[in-house]
Amino acid sequence: MNGQLDIEPLLDKMEAGLRQLLQERGVSSPALIGIRTGGVWLAAELARRLQLQEPFGELDISFYRDDFSRIGLNPKVKPSSLPFDTADRDVVLIDDVIMSGRTIRAAMNEVFDYGRPASIILATLVDLGARELPVQPDVRGLALTLETNQRIKLRGPDPLRIELEQA
Amino acid sequence: MTAIATGPHHLQLTREGQLRHFLTLDGLGRELLTDILDTADSFIEVGERTIKKVPLLRGRTVVNLFFESSTRTRSTFELAAKRLSADVLNLDISTSATSKGESLADTLYNLEAMASDMFVVRHAQSGAPHFIAESVTPKVAIINAGDGRHAHPTQAMLDMLTIRQHKKTFAGLKVAIVGDVLHSRVARSQIRALNELGVAEVRVIAPGTLLPRDVEALGCTVEYDMLRGMKDLDVVIMLRLQKERMEGALLPSEGEFYRLYGLDRAKLALAKPDCIVMHPGPINRGVEIESAVADGPQSVILNQVTNGIAIRMAVMSMAMGGQLAERQQALNDMAKQEVRL
Repeated sequence: MNGQLDIEPLLDKMEAGLRQLLQERGVSSPALIGIRTGGVWLAAELARRLQLQEPFGELDISFYRDDFSRIGLNPKVKPSSLPFDTADRDVVLIDDVIMSGRTIRAAMNEVFDYGRPASIILATLVDLGARELPVQPDVRGLALTLETNQRIKLRGPDPLRIELEQA
Repeated sequence: MTAIATGPHHLQLTREGQLRHFLTLDGLGRELLTDILDTADSFIEVGERTIKKVPLLRGRTVVNLFFESSTRTRSTFELAAKRLSADVLNLDISTSATSKGESLADTLYNLEAMASDMFVVRHAQSGAPHFIAESVTPKVAIINAGDGRHAHPTQAMLDMLTIRQHKKTFAGLKVAIVGDVLHSRVARSQIRALNELGVAEVRVIAPGTLLPRDVEALGCTVEYDMLRGMKDLDVVIMLRLQKERMEGALLPSEGEFYRLYGLDRAKLALAKPDCIVMHPGPINRGVEIESAVADGPQSVILNQVTNGIAIRMAVMSMAMGGQLAERQQALNDMAKQEVRL
């Protein structure tokens, strides 16, 4: 299989899942944080759909990665930008793809350095399985198992689309 | 070893072109210098957080080896290392082991045996950090915190960061460096960085007695008259009058120097109205610079101090990362060899 997946129904599913979860938990003003790069595009899209007035945060997890001692520092690191204090906030952490769970571990550590959040919800567009850490998304657009020669890539920001590539 | 990893300027780079020591700006291209500035930008954001710490150097040991004392540089290196979560040891070598007759190499071997990962070295002898990186403890990342009259690359890079913050780009800028260029390791590194990053003109303004003989070869124009030299400037960098390094009568008097080369409001008015004023500190008020200018709206001197921490965090984490990546590479190579056997 090669080509594009239809992203709209996946975004609809994320939006609906997020609305329901926020309602169940009684969260009226969540603080959205996207993980660079794809997660930031999705945070923008979800903030628009949920009609949130507050600007969303952007997280670059380069300083928190656990492979620094193997590969060194990512030379293309950009500043994280959180336009709010995370202390006592209900945070929605957003990423495009979850696999090992290591990115989310790093992102949560970074979020805590901005203050102790009341709660964190994890929303990802695609769940590829293959977890190495006990981290699961609360909301996901799609669960997918890739063949070893397949790659998935979110492209954007405008229009947002997912491409499945055969290596 | 491959060709790219040899030669004096590649001592500080890995095979992949990552930083593994930070000794000089010589041999480092625009892309790497820009990476350092971009990384430092991200560390500035870390410095604005409630918790100003990231875990990059957690469990690593950084030794500040100051063979020549310097409060500001040492404290910003110390703070930078601590914000990277490293364990920091400050050694004022001028008052310790060497006075008991231990050689430099022996002191360093001892520190290496304590499993140090990085030495931040300041030394009165030009080339001392090179020597350590090349011959003494090549597995320890060496950061040059100023050597003799040779180089002070982190100071030059924090100045570049400050210029970029205020001017957005280096293209088209006219930058002057004023004062004691002869004794200044900072000036050499600044001239190198400004040229590599593509400014329009680097101008040195000083009396002939405070200029090195080959100064134009460094990549700058020379102006002896400060009133002429201030014209069209976007950035003016004042140098400290290195009184403690002065030997012989290079200057008539401090008062005379201030009249001719001190930056006062009248001289600053000759530059562009948005010209920024920089000084590496510590400033000698009334010797190199008028108080009203140092504290005035065009002064970015305290920004330089803040940026100094971010730049040092950037080069320390990049050099440590390069060292670790290289160690990992060596392990991988060894594993492949074993498979072949």
